[in-house]
Amino acid sequence: MTVCASILHVLMALTLSPLLLGVINRTKAKFAGRCGQPLLQPYYDLAKLLRKGAVYSRTTTWVFRAGPMVGLAAMLLVIGLVPLGGVRALGTFPGDLILLTYALGLTRFMTMLAALDTGSAFEGMGASREAQFSLLAEPVLLLSLAALAICTRSMGLSDIYGSLHTLDSARWVPTASLAAAAIFIVLLVENARIPIDDPNTHLELTMIHEVMVLDHGGVDLGLIQYGAALKLWVFSSLLVGVVIPWQIGQPVLDLLLGVGGIFALAVVVGVVESAMARLRLVRVPQMLAVAAVLTMIAIIWALR
Amino acid sequence: MAVLSDLVVVLLLLTNLRLLGSSRIVACIQTVALQAVVLSVITLASSLSNLTPAVVALTLSTMAVKGLLLPWLLRRAVRGVGVGREVEPFVGFTTSVLIGGGLLGFSFLISKPLLVSAPPGISAMLIPGAMFTILTGLFIVVSRRKALTQVLGYLVLENGVYVFGSSLAVEEPLLVEMGILLDVLVAVFVMGIVIFQINREFDHIDTDKLSVLKD
Repeated sequence: MTVCASILHVLMALTLSPLLLGVINRTKAKFAGRCGQPLLQPYYDLAKLLRKGAVYSRTTTWVFRAGPMVGLAAMLLVIGLVPLGGVRALGTFPGDLILLTYALGLTRFMTMLAALDTGSAFEGMGASREAQFSLLAEPVLLLSLAALAICTRSMGLSDIYGSLHTLDSARWVPTASLAAAAIFIVLLVENARIPIDDPNTHLELTMIHEVMVLDHGGVDLGLIQYGAALKLWVFSSLLVGVVIPWQIGQPVLDLLLGVGGIFALAVVVGVVESAMARLRLVRVPQMLAVAAVLTMIAIIWALR
Repeated sequence: MAVLSDLVVVLLLLTNLRLLGSSRIVACIQTVALQAVVLSVITLASSLSNLTPAVVALTLSTMAVKGLLLPWLLRRAVRGVGVGREVEPFVGFTTSVLIGGGLLGFSFLISKPLLVSAPPGISAMLIPGAMFTILTGLFIVVSRRKALTQVLGYLVLENGVYVFGSSLAVEEPLLVEMGILLDVLVAVFVMGIVIFQINREFDHIDTDKLSVLKD
């Protein structure tokens, strides 16, 4: 039964993750007083891109073609590693949180290499920014997962998320709330959401993630966009597991609770995007420094 | 119950971090007001088992003086002096936040021996939280340029002392607390007036330049 729920979670992640982007867009449209694009627009975009052929510049090498595929493969691996609240991950072993972080890192690394491979100075700039911010965001993610691991005294992600609610509430609530705040900041940074980066613009000054994929087209771009949707799903499930750690006991009901949490989180992200202006680029490291200090407090709290 | 007081202490730590990281004076004043509310909740939560009218009166007066009156005075000073809205630190905001993290670790380190003498029933995080607030106040006093932000640092320092007192001496005489409250009020009042006068005299409240003699 639990294995069925795990498989179902992976299937839902694979099919529903583009819908998250649709929900965020719809929330932003409602705030702005527009009707907004259809909820299923990300699916239409993906279908359109997958039908098209790709154009490759003569200056690019195999690295450029490998980037999107390796990135998507790493994301598929991560989807198999991430638990959703009480639903255990498909594969789990002690220390899988490190594999998860580095698989995410591999995706980023390949995207940056593909961007550098085009030889465009503009994309190189995007890659440099991505490297700078992920340098700060990755330790924050790892440390907040470490805080939760210390809190529950277990090293596997599924064990951590599965046993959080069984602890005495005085033990886990402060740690979990601080770690949740830090993971939320990392979610906004890693998924190019508004206080960090505006996913809608193609302006030079605002672009971090978007600029790196400008030369990709057709199927490659489709793979990258699908990978981005999966990434949003991964971070959302990491966050939802901390915010709603309670379990009903029925694996399928737990799964539905978790998925509901993920879509509620998408609405929250949409609200944050509507309510906030994009931060100045120099303020982004400060935001990540705050997140790092939050995880530090969480770890101190868990260690006592 | 322990969860609630722990969460309030987390809130106290977060207000300190916001003070270290925010670049607007008005935001800093708001945060100090919020911190005052948080610490009056802490006093209330740590003596919830034996709630006397004196404790309630103390909490309410702390909330009124530190949460409403002092911020109002400071906002008035900001408007009256016509001081810019930026904080102007000697130490950058990101560095300040990171130093704040270091101070937090340090305060956990030095408050370990104190925990032995703490009365039972209070959150174990209260004393490190108080220490961190005191250190943050000191850091703001030395690392910010304007006289107004130094007053804010003084207030934060005093908030830390207040939390420290309420965590170690639960049965503190009401008179002492009221005396401290009056002292702080008068001090901020005087500082507000002094800042105003300095500004009239020198056209700025930059403490860096006050050390230069002028006839």
